[in-house]
Amino acid sequence: MKTTGQITGITANLVTVKANGPVGQNEICHVLLGDLRVMAEVIKVIGEKVYIQVFDSTRGMKVGDNVEFEGHLLEVTLGPGILSRNYDGMQNDLAEMDDLFITRGSATAPLDFESKWDFFPLAQIGDKVGAGDWLGEVTEKWIRHKIMVPFAMKGAYTVKSVVKEGNYKITDTVAVLADVQGKEHNVTMVQKWPAKLAIGAYKEKPRPYRIMETGVRAIDTFNPIADGGTGFIPGPFGAGKTVLQHAISKQADADVIIMIACGERANEVVEIFAEFPHLDDPRTGYKLMERTTIICNTSNMPVAAREASVYTGMTLGEYYRAMGLKVLILADSTSRWAQALREMSNRLEELPGQDAFPMDLPAIISNFYARAGHVHLNNGATGSVTFIGTVSPAGGNLKEPVTESTKKAARCFYALSQQRADSKRYPAIDPLDSYSKYLEYPEIRNFLDETVEPDWVDTVLRGKTLVLRGKEAYEQINILGDDGVPIDYHDRYWKSELIDFVFLQQDAFDAIDANTSIERQRFMFKMILAICDRRFAYAGFEDCSVFFKGLINLFKQMNYSAFESEKYYDYKRQIDEMVAAQEAK
Amino acid sequence: MGTKAFQKIYTKIENITKATVTLRATGVTNDELATVGGKLAQVVKLNGDQVTLQVFAGTENIATNSEVVFRGEPPTLRVSDELAGRFFNAYGDPIYGGPSVEGEVREIGGPTVNPYKRIQPSELIATGIAGIDLNNTIVTGQKIPFFADPDQPYNQVMAMVALRAKADKIILGGMGLTNDDFLFFKNIFENAGALDRIVSFVNTTENPPVERLLVPDMALTAAEYFAVDKGEKVLVLLTDMTLYSDALAIVSNRMDQIPSKDSMPGSLYSDLAKIYEKAVQLPNGGSITIIAVTTLSGGDITHAVPDNTGYITEGQLFLRTDSDTGKVIVDPFRSLSRLKQLVIGKKTREDHPQVMNAAVRLYADAANAKTKLENGFDLTDYDERALAFAKDYSEKLLAIDVNIDIEEMLNEAWYLFGKYFTPAEVAIKDEFVQRYGRFRA
Repeated sequence: MKTTGQITGITANLVTVKANGPVGQNEICHVLLGDLRVMAEVIKVIGEKVYIQVFDSTRGMKVGDNVEFEGHLLEVTLGPGILSRNYDGMQNDLAEMDDLFITRGSATAPLDFESKWDFFPLAQIGDKVGAGDWLGEVTEKWIRHKIMVPFAMKGAYTVKSVVKEGNYKITDTVAVLADVQGKEHNVTMVQKWPAKLAIGAYKEKPRPYRIMETGVRAIDTFNPIADGGTGFIPGPFGAGKTVLQHAISKQADADVIIMIACGERANEVVEIFAEFPHLDDPRTGYKLMERTTIICNTSNMPVAAREASVYTGMTLGEYYRAMGLKVLILADSTSRWAQALREMSNRLEELPGQDAFPMDLPAIISNFYARAGHVHLNNGATGSVTFIGTVSPAGGNLKEPVTESTKKAARCFYALSQQRADSKRYPAIDPLDSYSKYLEYPEIRNFLDETVEPDWVDTVLRGKTLVLRGKEAYEQINILGDDGVPIDYHDRYWKSELIDFVFLQQDAFDAIDANTSIERQRFMFKMILAICDRRFAYAGFEDCSVFFKGLINLFKQMNYSAFESEKYYDYKRQIDEMVAAQEAK
Repeated sequence: MGTKAFQKIYTKIENITKATVTLRATGVTNDELATVGGKLAQVVKLNGDQVTLQVFAGTENIATNSEVVFRGEPPTLRVSDELAGRFFNAYGDPIYGGPSVEGEVREIGGPTVNPYKRIQPSELIATGIAGIDLNNTIVTGQKIPFFADPDQPYNQVMAMVALRAKADKIILGGMGLTNDDFLFFKNIFENAGALDRIVSFVNTTENPPVERLLVPDMALTAAEYFAVDKGEKVLVLLTDMTLYSDALAIVSNRMDQIPSKDSMPGSLYSDLAKIYEKAVQLPNGGSITIIAVTTLSGGDITHAVPDNTGYITEGQLFLRTDSDTGKVIVDPFRSLSRLKQLVIGKKTREDHPQVMNAAVRLYADAANAKTKLENGFDLTDYDERALAFAKDYSEKLLAIDVNIDIEEMLNEAWYLFGKYFTPAEVAIKDEFVQRYGRFRA
């Protein structure tokens, strides 16, 4: 029998309840308000007093209202049909809701329980299987969606029977498994898993050893992210976090994209709703939306559900990873999630940590990032979850607790700089403050040696040094004046500007420039470095700036031209001529 | 606000603070309204039979035996076409007399529009101000504040934008507005013959500060009526959101909440987002656009109010006085409209994005040249040209008293590029240079 209780107090969305039976931490419960069932989660138990956070408005609730406890944690429903859906943080399908407004307590099914899928069996009778092992598959969009032994089934099982190839609903039994005692268990195509627990059905999680291409030059070449890696993008407002994330989501070399809009603007999600169904995924020919699932908890949606939204997204990602797929999860913004934790911690009257955030914030963040990774599945296949979160530091100050905690957890740091954004140098990723720990991984170096060219990382580091030298020269010029420094300083400064304008800056709104293949990045980068290696004689510092401005203009036209097209090579020829002419001076 | 016969009257208040009272009562629902000694109050906390009420007008003169009457419902507004042309206080009661508004009773601060049902904003709002139309184009369904120091003419610019914007309804939410500023708005709308399109909810500095908390929700409930029910284009003006936030801080302080940055409540982001996210483009063609004012102290945008606002709104507009021309301009460096990408080069001429960026970049070069000059260094020929360009750009385009359409703005920009620079210095796509460029051969 379910535990029930009555409300004894209400402060905003924190409600205290007197329960009549056992209650578990993080258990889900519902407040009964007339016909409405408003969802909540247990967050603290003190004696008879159960503290619950309500995932919706508490307007109109009163002392004495009934509460029903459900006996399970917040669960995500997993099965075919997740791709291209638009969920809220609690996995309600927003597209299935009828009203213009989201009314309180409105719930819709996360999956279609009626439609049928073409099931193809993969397991055979007598196979020994465990949690996460593949029993069969269905085709979801262009993905072979594996039907697995439910993650919650611990221990070893023997396949008793598998249905033959055919058309089934997700709730139909597709396999029967026997446990070691011989007890039989029916398996369907749908299973549930608690959002806050990591899905661990894999053999091992090795260090990442290959990179994930994003088409963004400042990332792929300068600070690449590993397939199965973690990264974060902190930046003040207006620095271009969202544009950058959208670019990555469109272009990344991943099978499945999960976008978590966590406490951000609704119009940004609308942009995805509007654009993705029409944009093609160049690698598969399908629409981008068909590889994308959106978890949408915008800033005006209930605060408590923000926390749930990031866990729901991560669980969906781990589910597809267990099918041997490359999953990219993007969360915008993890600061809003941290703020939701802060609001609740505040109402619980916990002693606050720095900036009133809860003391365990760093632990919560690092536990979450740790769920990403590249894994070897039990059957030898590999899958990955790559996670990139944005952080919105208060006042643009990177010393605040969320940025600091995330820095300890994530391996790539893409610092967006206000200064770059102000001078419209987009993407505003600071080339010197940002880093990718993966460049230090021998596995990644080997991978880049083989896939890009030998000693690629050294080439990249040489480029970084040129940018640094240019910045130092610029500071000297600013202090001493154009005339007060040797011409060499101008040369150094303009060489770094060449790298900045032509390579680091990228027009996210130009169809060609927005997405640069790694092959094209290599070609351009080598071409720029070759120019930087040359020594030119200048008539004066103005001659130097005129020369480089001319070069930058030609290179930009080249960036706007299709790779290896006639126009592309024509601009290259013009650049070569210009360089030769300057050299002859 | 009459008392109904069957309602129970409580006359034993246990605690009184500056903004709240606590008493014992049963059957009270969260968020419901009550009157305490005749003043409007709202339930903010329930603990057993202890009920804490926030008294909007402050608790001066309330005694432990004052009458408390619960009204059984959260704050509401009566909505109908009769709202148009009227002025209301923070509670939605008419000021300047006149009959009460008849119409449907709606709870204020209602639910969220399902993001999936929203339409992507794509209709630009022309203001004639190049600092906005050219550099920071605004679209319907957008939310954007002016970040301004108290001495800047933000209310004037906002009124100008509102009148030029061709909105079906303009809803003014005034919070802590001085009476003078309120009368300014009233006069300018009256003189423009636009009063029948205006609805005002006003809390002036003469009213208690906590009352302000109701103003945005009142204004937006009215806006939703016209946009959702009538399919109209509604422009909501909220001034000043910093004073609104101050009222939030007062209440949270009285309720013993732990403050976060700058003494603001930890929930400031969510509180502000709830208001700004009411901006929406609806499938029926109706829309709510919010233009707000966030006053800064000494231009500091890292303060919690502008900082959180910046993360919520779709850009921000900065005003400043240009020292070269002495005119008020919309600052091209710090201002940003996030939604401009949806219309520029699509609803406007194709060269718009590149022209806009090039002009701002060249203006930045002029700023650098100016720094050089101030530091006593010699200027190059390019520096001189950039400075001359900046002066023209500021006077002919950025100044807020310029009123031209976007096509003229683009032509003017090309004219200035041609006057001062070579195509390589401007660095715009060749095809645009050929089509629109006005460079000397």
